Amino acid sequence: MSAPLHNRLAMVLFSIYLLLYGGFIVINLFMPDLMEKTPYAGVNLAIWYGFGLIFTAIILAFIYGFSFTSTSKQASGDDSASSQEVSK
Amino acid sequence: MIYEPSVLAVVVFFAFVGVTLGLSFWLGGKAKTSEGYFSAHGQIPWFINGVAFAGDYLSAASFLGICGMIAFYGYDGFLYSIGYLAGWIVALFIVAEPMKRLGKFTFADALNSKFNSPGIQITAGVSTLVVSIFYLIPQMVGAGVLVTPLLGFPHWVGVVIVGVTVILIVVSAGMVSTTWVQFLKGSLLVIFSAILTIMLMARGFETKEGGADGYEFRTLGPFTTKTLEADLGTDPETEKWSVVAVDSVWEETPFVRLKNEQGTVTVWKKEEDAAGKFLLTEAQSLTKTADGKVLVNGLPKGSRKGEPELHPVGHISKLPEGKTETGPLGLLTFFSTLQNSEVILWPKTKVAELDGSSTTVYYQKPTHGSQVLRPGEHPRFKGIRSNKTKDKLNFLSLMLALFCGTASLPHILIRYYTVKDEAAARKSTIVGIVTIGFFYILSLYMGLGAMVSGALDVTNSNMAAPLLARSIAEWMFAAISAIAFTTVLGTVSGLILASAGAVTHDLMGHLFKVKMNDAQQVRIAKLSSVVVGVIAIVLGILFENMNVSYLVGWAFSVAASANLPSLIMLLFWSKTTKQGIIAALIVGMVSSLGWILLSEDTFTQVYGLLAEDAWMPFSQPGIVTIPLGFLTLIVVSLMTQPKKSVAE
Repeated sequence: MSAPLHNRLAMVLFSIYLLLYGGFIVINLFMPDLMEKTPYAGVNLAIWYGFGLIFTAIILAFIYGFSFTSTSKQASGDDSASSQEVSK
Repeated sequence: MIYEPSVLAVVVFFAFVGVTLGLSFWLGGKAKTSEGYFSAHGQIPWFINGVAFAGDYLSAASFLGICGMIAFYGYDGFLYSIGYLAGWIVALFIVAEPMKRLGKFTFADALNSKFNSPGIQITAGVSTLVVSIFYLIPQMVGAGVLVTPLLGFPHWVGVVIVGVTVILIVVSAGMVSTTWVQFLKGSLLVIFSAILTIMLMARGFETKEGGADGYEFRTLGPFTTKTLEADLGTDPETEKWSVVAVDSVWEETPFVRLKNEQGTVTVWKKEEDAAGKFLLTEAQSLTKTADGKVLVNGLPKGSRKGEPELHPVGHISKLPEGKTETGPLGLLTFFSTLQNSEVILWPKTKVAELDGSSTTVYYQKPTHGSQVLRPGEHPRFKGIRSNKTKDKLNFLSLMLALFCGTASLPHILIRYYTVKDEAAARKSTIVGIVTIGFFYILSLYMGLGAMVSGALDVTNSNMAAPLLARSIAEWMFAAISAIAFTTVLGTVSGLILASAGAVTHDLMGHLFKVKMNDAQQVRIAKLSSVVVGVIAIVLGILFENMNVSYLVGWAFSVAASANLPSLIMLLFWSKTTKQGIIAALIVGMVSSLGWILLSEDTFTQVYGLLAEDAWMPFSQPGIVTIPLGFLTLIVVSLMTQPKKSVAE
């Protein structure tokens, strides 16, 4: 995968998370009673959604990380050229 | 509560601090150059750095504050866990790789990479210093909070111990030892939290009438209002008791004060039923008399075990299906059982009495499990259940600041310079997310476990996690307290190092135009570490009574408003100019700080003024000041486009 494609993937994954996080806030703001419902195993939506956000973050991070393994060295930039000599 | 220092706790504690310091001095030999001092030569392996991220990030506020908030209010503390973790998504997908690519030592380097402007370097340096110092205050307060019960020292001694230890760590070796301390602490925190959670599950729930000291809180009645005194006489236990006359202050409260045959006054809460009858449930009271004495439940507060003290609290009063204990619980049955139980929470009310003394009453509030596990019970999150727009904006604003703040915290950002390349920066962020996410999941179990452990100190929510550990085993208490203390050490050393970097590189080099060779830079950095460390000690003592997580909220808001707009726009908008960045930094910093200083929370908690007098409509600035930072950058950049590009 090339660098622009990686950037695009990062944006897609970021947007997915942003939607989920936004959804969590919107439900809390406008439909707080929904958070008290217990959709599965007697555990309420607030806990499911909260855990879901944490697990999603971990899964998205892994997807992003593994997308580099096929082209491992390609994306690594030249950091010595762009960094600055501050001590001069 | 009275805390007696336990020998085991003290030994484990000093062993931790000793190992940490020893490691620092040993590693200190490896960092002689400024590159070594500030960025560990970029040689830290990505996995170590990733766990060190968790070490940096899981500060006293995360560990002590969140567990405490969940233990006293339920689910709401977990909203912080969710928000703090969400911020890492911004760090991973947007900030991590460019930060590594553009900078060398500090956040200011990255912002300034395109422009080489002393103005950017200086403003970003000041912003780093401001955010770091704000973040330092709660860490130092947390240190004092921990040391008091653990070792029996006063608050200021705890703050001084942390301050001095951290200065030693930072001065001895800089980023290398700081990173290893963070790695050590991050791993231990997660491992021991997992062990604590497993032990908690194995113990399960049981119904009780009181806390871990075996004291059972009493309920009197039912009474009718008119004949309370006569009714007391019918019970052999209370026949010689009398009702203390109600004055204008107590009349406003739901409490009744009773005096027993020895003349001791205790406070009880009235619980009325539909038939107009009422019960009295035993409350706890802490009175500070006008002449400086402290009374606990009407008796002078003791200093040793067995003498009068507030009872530890937090229990389940009813389990589902009338059970009295559950036996071991699973990861989901833990919640589903709690969902259908009844828990006794302990809110407090302060009563300023007419004779100049002040009494804090802690009273029992039987609360259904479903209410404990839903968001919106804590006053800070009242926006969830309120119909007022300003409360809703306040909630939205806080969640936004948490989301945007992480990737703008200087002590997190400098950790990107300790690894060798962008790939390592990315990988260590992923390790950080996994470690931190796992810990935050545990935080909900630990907080709720503490809530019903019977071990809570009503006066100090920050002690919930260590006290939960104590309710399970003494060695666990020793370990968790020592880890919590190293948590503070680690985060404080990271912050001091970030500040020292800002002073040395951004301010000395650009503002005062001091030319320094490598050894001089390290010397200046060490000197500024000492100065910042001393400032932190002083502030930690001054802000003793401030709520830890509230102070962290400040730092997040200021970091997000000042730093994030410049960072994002520099990466994604080619028309960004140096004037735009400088303006956005200043406007973001000044507006968010100003907003906080003029907000309701600060008026009531810091100045002791009335909430109605606050100038700002709600307390959390983020939703206004973060967009303001972006807007400032765009407008100023458009006004200051270089002539060449206009001509083209």
